[in-house]
Amino acid sequence: MSVGAGDPPPQHDAGVAVGVPPGSSDAGTDDILVRVDNLVKYFPIRSAELFRRTVGQVHAVDDVSLTIRRGQTLGLVGETGSGKSTLARCIAGLIPVTSGRVWFEDRQITNLSRRKMQPFRREIQMIFQDPYGSLNPRRRVGSIIGEPFAIHGLASGADRKRRVQELMERVGLNPEHYNRFPAEFSGGQRQRIGVARALALRPKLIICDEPVSALDVSIQAQVLNLLADLQDDYGLSYLFIAHDLDVVRHVSNSVAVMYLGRLAEVGPKAPIYEAPRHPYTAALLSAAPAADPESAAQRQRIILVGDIPSPINPPSGCRFHPRCPKARDLCAEAEPALEPRLGDPDTHLTACHFPIEAGESLAAAGRRETP
Amino acid sequence: MSLLEVTDLRVSFPTADGVVQAVRGVSFTVEAGQTLGIVGESGSGKTVLTQTLLRLTPGGDISGEARFDGIDLLAIPDEDMRRVRGAQIAVIFQDPLTSLHPLFRVGWQISEMIRAHDKSVSKRQGRALAIDLLGRVGIPQPQQRVDDYPHQFSGGMRQRAMIAMALALSPKMIIADEPTTALDATVQAQILELLLELQRESGTALIMITHDLGVVADIADEVMVMYAGRAAEKGSKHEIFYEPHHPYTKGLLESIPNSSAGADRLKPISGQPPSLINLPTGCKFHPRCIYVMDRCVREEPPLVAVGGDGWHRSACWLPPAAAGLGSQAEEARRKVVNKARDGEAAQVAASISGSPDAEGQVIA
Ligand SMILES: Nc1ncnc2c1ncn2[C@@H]1O[C@H](COP(=O)(O)OP(=O)(O)OP(=O)(O)O)[C@@H](O)[C@H]1O
Ligand SMILES: Nc1ncnc2c1ncn2[C@@H]1O[C@H](COP(=O)(O)OP(=O)(O)O)[C@@H](O)[C@H]1O
Ligand code: SF4
Ligand code: SF4
Ligand SMILES: [Mg+2]
Ligand SMILES: [Mg+2]
Repeated sequence: MSVGAGDPPPQHDAGVAVGVPPGSSDAGTDDILVRVDNLVKYFPIRSAELFRRTVGQVHAVDDVSLTIRRGQTLGLVGETGSGKSTLARCIAGLIPVTSGRVWFEDRQITNLSRRKMQPFRREIQMIFQDPYGSLNPRRRVGSIIGEPFAIHGLASGADRKRRVQELMERVGLNPEHYNRFPAEFSGGQRQRIGVARALALRPKLIICDEPVSALDVSIQAQVLNLLADLQDDYGLSYLFIAHDLDVVRHVSNSVAVMYLGRLAEVGPKAPIYEAPRHPYTAALLSAAPAADPESAAQRQRIILVGDIPSPINPPSGCRFHPRCPKARDLCAEAEPALEPRLGDPDTHLTACHFPIEAGESLAAAGRRETP
Repeated sequence: MSLLEVTDLRVSFPTADGVVQAVRGVSFTVEAGQTLGIVGESGSGKTVLTQTLLRLTPGGDISGEARFDGIDLLAIPDEDMRRVRGAQIAVIFQDPLTSLHPLFRVGWQISEMIRAHDKSVSKRQGRALAIDLLGRVGIPQPQQRVDDYPHQFSGGMRQRAMIAMALALSPKMIIADEPTTALDATVQAQILELLLELQRESGTALIMITHDLGVVADIADEVMVMYAGRAAEKGSKHEIFYEPHHPYTKGLLESIPNSSAGADRLKPISGQPPSLINLPTGCKFHPRCIYVMDRCVREEPPLVAVGGDGWHRSACWLPPAAAGLGSQAEEARRKVVNKARDGEAAQVAASISGSPDAEGQVIA
């Protein structure tokens, strides 16, 4: 983990898969669109004085490995500051990584020069949370959606306009609104503008960073349906970041749970939601309010102690141990490996020394339980 | 007598673009010790409605009545209002930084608030009370944290400090406006738990404003669903979640991704909320309502009883039999709608499924 952000990445023969891709099983590696190996991203903290010395590091992403399959959705959940957006930006090549590798198809795309990254930028697009902040208010919608064509010199003039209007229709916008400004659209429509722009270059992967969090629930459903349709039609893969666990459950094939820069648990959707192994996953699931009074009344909430700690000096051993209802001495001493636990298949990995067993209730084990 | 009785409250704001009709005739009651959940999309008037009760909507044209413990909050002199605020009715906002001053220590702010209402409390006593309150809301080591500035607190701790402040004067009612929206799920769970616990202890009434149906399902007794500045539906939590009558309420419930349904596609409400300057005619939901009838386009339905003991109320022209999420209710709706739709409404209905914004629909 000593590779600086500006250093060239360690050399590897492109096309040679190194190690076993996490989460791989029966399906061959052909199936895998993106593979992230031991990704680390630290942000230096500098002092306020003249020669801004580095006085510490924010461990935003700390040794994360995962895969995204073709045509599938990997959901990424975790509390604020857990490193979801940072991981996403590293995968998209928007920021240099500290160490580790990102593979796209059979090519290593970590810390590429601008020019070398260019072709991959077409393949990997992002959609952001804030439909207000991520669109330039002074530019017309047509020019916002057409920007990728301009950047990549792909279409101009009447051709560009035609293609932009096709995209607008595709995402459910009225093509006649080509010359309008973002402010003239509602939140849901602005998010459609972002989707159209992301779609322009026919990417293989779209990274959705909280794409519906700012939208009201009725509008949120419109956008989620649109994303599902586009995935079906174009075979898109999504890395889908959201804090709403119901939304993630709806859209994902697999789910990765992050805590303080690390993966706590990753696996197919069903076991993660129905029988989580990691106490943090269980706590997160039990905390999410269900829009159903009867299940809300029955639910055994695991109330965690305290807040997520600072990523500047993450806790020793298991990073979750200061808040974990199951923590024992070992947890503060040794970092648990992310691996299949309790006979789980090698698609379902958990980083916990004392994973939850079938039928075990954490609410009862809690240090502070709820009535 | 109810603790709070609001009758036909209206609030509008004259602006350069026209008059914003933020609240258009809302009536409701809150009983002592009970929790009323107010839900609705952003812009539906939830904040204006409750801020008006505390007379915090300057520039608004206000009419109606709001009796709290016998006094009309909208009619008393400003000075009396200042005594009500905080002491009788406390508010918790979404963003604690709007109420915590960044340049003063948290404990000092709590203490000063207490001292402003009760001159007999000394500085020392005020500080002791602040420490006690911070402890009660679960701030660890309150003796040390009492001297922290707000920015030294995490988001969850700031929200706890706000709750401590709200509790300081033992108010009869707390208005919480999206108190957990900015927080993470695990911290949100802590805060909701805390509010419930404190309410059980002190018997304070609570108005919980949220756009999150999950929060309402969790803690409300009664629920009011707002749409375009009015109550679309009101009822017990059970009625609203299991026997919804208004198509908007039903639409909200159905658009939540639901694990048990397991459906591939969600059922969104088509279109978007109306502009409050240019409201549609008749029922304000009609441009988005798949049950729209001719009458809906012309006349705005009043909020009337649709079942239960008369407390379940809905502002919709559909008959009481339309309440519910099952096939029977759907049949009842269809039967009425088919007979009550010719020219006008048929056209609106057609435009709903055909509009570009409808159901995330894809034009191939
Ligand atoms: N440019 C930066 N400089 C320094 N620290 C940063 C920078 N970007 C992110 N961080 C820090 O890295 C950590 C992870 O941040 P990140 O934005 O990835 O979290 P997140 O999981 O996306 O959170 P949220 O749910 O709030 O979006 C945080 O502690 C954040 O403050
Ligand atoms: N001071 C004001 N002047 C003009 N319009 C306002 C003012 N305050 C609120 N509004 C408008 O009133 C409507 C209702 O707002 P609000 O009560 O904040 O909605 P909610 O809390 O339900 O999201 C919105 O359209 C808002 O823009
Ligand atoms: S390793 Fe220990 S502290 Fe970490 S999640 Fe497992 S039980 Fe909890
Ligand atoms: S009154 Fe008519 S338009 Fe309004 S909600 Fe009822 S059925 Fe729909
Ligand atoms: Mg983020
Ligand atoms: Mg509001």
